[in-house]
Amino acid sequence: MTQSVVVQVGQCGNQVGCRFWDLALREHAHVNKKGVYDEALSSFFRNVDSRRSSGGACDIGGRIHYLKARAVLVDMEEGVVNEILQGPLREVFDSTQLLTDVSGSGNNWAVGHMTYGSAYREQIVDKLRRAAEHCDCLQCFFLIHSMGGGTGSGLGTRVLSLLEEEFPEVCRIVTSVFPSPEDDVITSPYNSVLALRELTEHADCVLPVENQSLVDIVNKIKHMSHGGKPASAIKRDSAIISGQGGLGGAEKPFDAMNNIVANLLLNITSSARFQGSLNMDLNEIAMNLVPFPRLHYLVPSLTPLYTLADVNVPTRRLDQMFSDAFNKDHQLIRADPKHSLYLACALMVRGNVQVSDLRRNIERLRPSLPFVSWNQEGWKTGLCSVPPVGHSHSLLALANNTCVKPTFMDLQERFTKLYRKKAYLHHYLHVEGMEHSVFSEAVTSLSSLIEEYNHLDATKRRLMPDAPRLRIAT
Amino acid sequence: MSIVTVQLGQCGNQVGQELFDIICNDAQEGQRKAYRESSTERFFRETTHGDLVARAVLVDMEPKVINSSMAKAAKCGRWQYGDRSHFSQKQGSGNNWANGFCVHGPRHTEVLEDLVRREAEHCDRLAGIMPVMSVAGGTGSGVGTYVTQRLRDIYPNSFILNHLTWPYGTGEVIVQNYNSVLTLAHLYQLSDAILVHENDVVQRICSQLLNIKHASFGDVNRVIGHQLGSVLQPALTGDCHGVYSRNPLGELVSGLVCHPEYKLLSVCTVPQMASTSIAYSTFSWPGPLKHLRQMLISNTKLEEGIDWQVRPSVRPGGTERTRSRTGPGFNTSLANLLILRGKDVYSAETGGFGDPALYTSWLSPEQGFNLWKCPVPFNKYEKSATLVSNSQALLEPLDNMVAKAWNMFASRAYIHQYTKFGISEEDFLDSFTSLEQVISSYKQLC
Repeated sequence: MTQSVVVQVGQCGNQVGCRFWDLALREHAHVNKKGVYDEALSSFFRNVDSRRSSGGACDIGGRIHYLKARAVLVDMEEGVVNEILQGPLREVFDSTQLLTDVSGSGNNWAVGHMTYGSAYREQIVDKLRRAAEHCDCLQCFFLIHSMGGGTGSGLGTRVLSLLEEEFPEVCRIVTSVFPSPEDDVITSPYNSVLALRELTEHADCVLPVENQSLVDIVNKIKHMSHGGKPASAIKRDSAIISGQGGLGGAEKPFDAMNNIVANLLLNITSSARFQGSLNMDLNEIAMNLVPFPRLHYLVPSLTPLYTLADVNVPTRRLDQMFSDAFNKDHQLIRADPKHSLYLACALMVRGNVQVSDLRRNIERLRPSLPFVSWNQEGWKTGLCSVPPVGHSHSLLALANNTCVKPTFMDLQERFTKLYRKKAYLHHYLHVEGMEHSVFSEAVTSLSSLIEEYNHLDATKRRLMPDAPRLRIAT
Repeated sequence: MSIVTVQLGQCGNQVGQELFDIICNDAQEGQRKAYRESSTERFFRETTHGDLVARAVLVDMEPKVINSSMAKAAKCGRWQYGDRSHFSQKQGSGNNWANGFCVHGPRHTEVLEDLVRREAEHCDRLAGIMPVMSVAGGTGSGVGTYVTQRLRDIYPNSFILNHLTWPYGTGEVIVQNYNSVLTLAHLYQLSDAILVHENDVVQRICSQLLNIKHASFGDVNRVIGHQLGSVLQPALTGDCHGVYSRNPLGELVSGLVCHPEYKLLSVCTVPQMASTSIAYSTFSWPGPLKHLRQMLISNTKLEEGIDWQVRPSVRPGGTERTRSRTGPGFNTSLANLLILRGKDVYSAETGGFGDPALYTSWLSPEQGFNLWKCPVPFNKYEKSATLVSNSQALLEPLDNMVAKAWNMFASRAYIHQYTKFGISEEDFLDSFTSLEQVISSYKQLC
């Protein structure tokens, strides 16, 4: 079995990461009743026994002593990381995995990327290498960060390019939290566009997530649970936003939203960790969902959002779960995939679902989903037999769809509004290594990305004729 | 003479395990001594304790499937895999043919060749090698093709029969058509014969004939194992004068593959029914043989929904026949091998298969039609007939596969995933060209 390392950068990255580790422990505790350190646990955790002389690492099959997360935590101010170290998850990390500074990046991409990027380069590479060495067979790096700030956005993307340099063969899957239009960081368009260019160049897959969608989902669930009717009470700890059963204490403000993203990561790696009749490995995701190297933005959607508590109410039908996955309310960015063009789609099913159910639903939903002409059967499917905590089955859909285009165009517009007036630019240009050309290159990269999506969209309505086949002289 | 099986990838290992299981049970079941000895010699070797060890090498790039196949075999108690006959790595091929063929294959070539060599050395006489794999994924297809290439170099005088499983048409893996095209184009140059099972067809056999409502991959693999077993178990062929054939692969290949341009073989078995019904069915030969013949002519892969309207046309005086003379939907054969097993095989009337109208005009039916018999019933069926044919049966699925792959290639989708491991656009074009050639040859058979 393979291992993955999680790299969390910046405030958002660390807070989401923290929720991820909490929920991961909860999930494994649910499944692993005997306290044995097995293959599934080893994909995200090391088993350390400090009494051992060899530095403590234990092999698979032994009893669990102390689980240490395979993670690297980076932040340029200490508040968030300190909070983690004082909280219930302090045992899961050790000091060699952390990198902090004092003053923060001031919401400035250039400070994060160039100033801190150069200053801490050696240390970052060292910590990454150490985490990689603890792995038997490292398959994937997960980077979690936000796009709107300074550290997550700037230093996060610097870490990404370091990962590409130092570990070119290891897959890089990035979870990026995009800012909403009402975001209170004024320079977030600059930071996002500058970071986006790095993502297009250096990441293997990007899972974009928008705060606004997360807020909508949280509201939907809260509305449901406060609905009043006793029959519609939600089963405890089954809501996708719930952290109940985990180690974290009282719920903090962004926790509900962060739990959704944490669940996304858990579901994507479920097949790599647990048994199933049709395994879908992480490198297969990158292979099947990325037809052209730059178009690697995969829109995630998670269903079901919750399970009803009343056992007399029949469990939400399986088919409803599949239909919901393509509904615009369940996507983690504000987009409507059904009205845009699909390049490829992956369905990761967890729990008690058979191949025949999966095939039946694909047949049923296929006619209503527009797929690009050369990939009419563009489905990649995976079945994992272990369901998530609180559910009997769940579905994660990853769509490589042109519906990310509006998000990018929106970002471009907000960027242009500021850039035209040269507002706040001096903050960036003061940083050593930063020039006007960095901005213009980033914008060019974004425009050409949007252009590529436009090009594909143009083929949507037209019935493309089949390419003429090679003819053999007889 | 013995056959060494090389199981590659998830599909290859799962199918191989079911195949050995069926063969072992069939041979051990109170059958006649000569049959049992011949079958055991062909597929197993005996340890000093008298245990049966399969003559097989298990290869996969990740460990889960091999572990479960070996465990399943050991659990049944009747046979097992050799302890050191397997090879696996930690990380799979990611559904990427190029990764399997250019990276994993060459990287581990010495170990793999060594494993096959050890199995081959255990054989008194090597009848041939049979790689079992799928074409949709990365390991079975990529590593499988590389291994076939190496074996062809190391054993130039042995027969190599590749068994391939073609994926569902509606797609399980998005790049399956690319992987299939690359595999088939390469294997055509390396293999002596390519025996194909299609998932779609076998799935229908499970649901329509065997009455399995929610067929699992285990059920599908058992059907494949049954059909493949019925081809490979001992039989009395034309040359062997009362003793079970000592050269099954050789005779199969020379009987069916008379021209290097035509190597694709399909398999049909009648009857196929739910195991609960077998005990209650008895029938005589004429019925199933008539069905089988019509299945061949009308290209129906199941013993259900056979189109009886399709008929061979009557040939006029001359030996020339154009395509339009044969009716629509008529499946022209190059060569056929009919294998009868069970009671009363010597009295079965098989003249219908020797009818010249079934065959292409440039081969006489004496050269095209081969008949093997075995008086011992196979796998609990009192009488069963298997037809291995080199005909246009696989033309349509092949054509569809190439069409879809070509469409995707025209927009260069996913190509960067292959070029980064060393397969260029040129290689793709070469593969497409070879397969168009094969399709054209089969289309013109009449």
